[in-house]
Amino acid sequence: MEYFFQQLINGVTLGGIYALIALGYTMVYGIIQLINFAHGEFFAAGGYVGVIFMSYLAAQGAPIWLCLGGSLLLTMCYCAMLAMAVEKVAYKPLRNSSRLSVLLSALGMSIFLQNGLMLTQGVYDKAYPSELTSGGFEFGTVMLSYMQIFIFCITAFLLVALNTLVFKTRIGKAMRSTAQDKIMSALVGINSNRIISLTFAIGAGLAAAAGIMVGLYYGSVRYDMGFVPGIKAFAAAVLGGIGNITGAMIGGFIIGMVEIFAAGYISGEYKDVFAFIILIAVLYFRPTGIMGENIDDTRV
Amino acid sequence: MTTPEFKKHWISLGIGLVWFFILLWPLLGIKPEGLEIAKTFTVWWRIAAGCAAILIIYQLNKLGVFNFFTKPACKATVSARDAAAKVPVWLWAIVGFICMALIPQYFGRYVQDVTINVMIYICLGLGLNVVIGMAGMLDLGYIAFYGIGAYTYALLSINYGISFWLSLPVSAFTACILALIIGYTSTKMRGDYLAIVTLGFGEIVRLVLNNWMSLTNGPNGILGIKAPGIYWFDFGNGMSLEHIWLKKLGLLYYVALVLVIFTILAVHRLQYSRIGRAWEAIREDETAAEVMGIPTFQTKVLAYCAGSVFGGLAGAFFAARMRFVSPESFTFMESAMVLAMVVLGGMGSIPGVILGAIALIVLPEAFRDFELYRMLVFGGVMVVMMIFRPQGFWPQKRKVSSKGD
Repeated sequence: MEYFFQQLINGVTLGGIYALIALGYTMVYGIIQLINFAHGEFFAAGGYVGVIFMSYLAAQGAPIWLCLGGSLLLTMCYCAMLAMAVEKVAYKPLRNSSRLSVLLSALGMSIFLQNGLMLTQGVYDKAYPSELTSGGFEFGTVMLSYMQIFIFCITAFLLVALNTLVFKTRIGKAMRSTAQDKIMSALVGINSNRIISLTFAIGAGLAAAAGIMVGLYYGSVRYDMGFVPGIKAFAAAVLGGIGNITGAMIGGFIIGMVEIFAAGYISGEYKDVFAFIILIAVLYFRPTGIMGENIDDTRV
Repeated sequence: MTTPEFKKHWISLGIGLVWFFILLWPLLGIKPEGLEIAKTFTVWWRIAAGCAAILIIYQLNKLGVFNFFTKPACKATVSARDAAAKVPVWLWAIVGFICMALIPQYFGRYVQDVTINVMIYICLGLGLNVVIGMAGMLDLGYIAFYGIGAYTYALLSINYGISFWLSLPVSAFTACILALIIGYTSTKMRGDYLAIVTLGFGEIVRLVLNNWMSLTNGPNGILGIKAPGIYWFDFGNGMSLEHIWLKKLGLLYYVALVLVIFTILAVHRLQYSRIGRAWEAIREDETAAEVMGIPTFQTKVLAYCAGSVFGGLAGAFFAARMRFVSPESFTFMESAMVLAMVVLGGMGSIPGVILGAIALIVLPEAFRDFELYRMLVFGGVMVVMMIFRPQGFWPQKRKVSSKGD
């Protein structure tokens, strides 16, 4: 039973991280119907830039809350800027061309960013400052580390903040209306290009936060770490019904749980396979996901 | 072009470069020891100068400064193309074949090695071309078929000592079975969903190869795969048949050549067959194709299987040539590479795919010093191509036959 609770804690932590990445996919898909392949790279870049800022701040003797908070904020801003640049270069000129071209352009961008990271940061793992990740509460044999609490708090905060932004503010309203109908919302005075840029920026910011947290959780980052979590987060977005923000959050938690429990009870080596199997099964049996509405086939 | 437009270009370039500097600096300049800016700046000004030069050339071209040069050059290419078109295709094919056949006689090991590599990728590219170029289904897990082909031959050779020639069809068949499973489950989806599902399948296959220790020896791979063998006359004492292993690269080269020619012919025949027409119809408009009486589901699964056969063949040859397989060779990056060949060359066009394979294998060899930047450039080129020339270098031309086929 204790093992079960331990796995539950780990699953929630990981699920939160996946939920954060999945939100970026789902928001971008909701607004321009594009699978942003480069999204996993925003996540990886977040992990890297996070470790860069964090080691700098730690070396300057900043207190631990400033290290974590400051680098989190700076990294999110950095990745938001990166995403806006990527959108401008690789997606905006292709707004009206075939879906295949956009998808390939996204793929190219993903390869480009991944190799850019590799060239500037090297092919080896980069370790997070370890003194930040130690310690925690113990309940019998169940371990709840401070890092997990931190990850969980930040995730919860970001999810709530995003929900407020999308459903309570004017910007959120503009985003929702652009997602529904670009032309009509342009007629009522919404600058759709700006809204798309903003969507990319927010999605990448959340992915960057996830990148930092994965780095803290596992202790290190790698230049190609964006690929597999990217696919899993996409599976989460699809599971929840792509384009649906609440769905993406639920999907993220489900995928995280499934992965941890499959690794704990079935097989550690094949844990990645389960996310893919869920993805395929969902797309096969219920392509609209758990929370999704029916989408028409014609836009494909 | 007007002056305000020129100004706008420079302003956007300026903003872009400032933005780029901000993005580059944390990656290069922020160290635990402190902030440095010199290194970032040296990288940055080179890129900035390059971009500015490109913009200047672009603007001068728009103004027509290069007309004295581009106009005659354009005319020359057009007339050269016309002249080339007068020579029948079969003549080109024969000349190309003879050139290819003579390479091992005149060139060293290195050139042969690269050429064999190119030929393997031509097979892969053409196979993927059937799926994506003709039937219009974006497949990101194509490398799985290559892997299955390679592992099939490896296992047959190691465990049962079955010869290469017998394993070749078996490899193709196993790849085809896998394609049937994948195709059957995924062709219900379209577009992006199909892409992501095939990607998932590709990863599953790789993970299975990586973790099924008892069968595939996991990440260590399989060693000691036999090279192809043939019977050849031995004139040592009288005349007898002797079995020789094709361990010499020059001989393996001819096996690859045969494989490539088979693939080219097969894909060509497929393209101009009824099925090929059906695939193209589905690519252009699936609903319309269905209305016209094409069984879209079966036809799409068929495209999947047909494409995978060439992947399986190429995989078996790859295993025979390297005499070693490991899951490392079948990652997503390889899939992306083959995809890029098809896309850059021109989807649906056989010469285009061949050109793409040659370009993507030979150019990095030529620029060996910049090896590190290979994938970076390659991702960048993919984006730029999609923006400026999405149809590829050598796009497919619809051949209108007057005989009415």
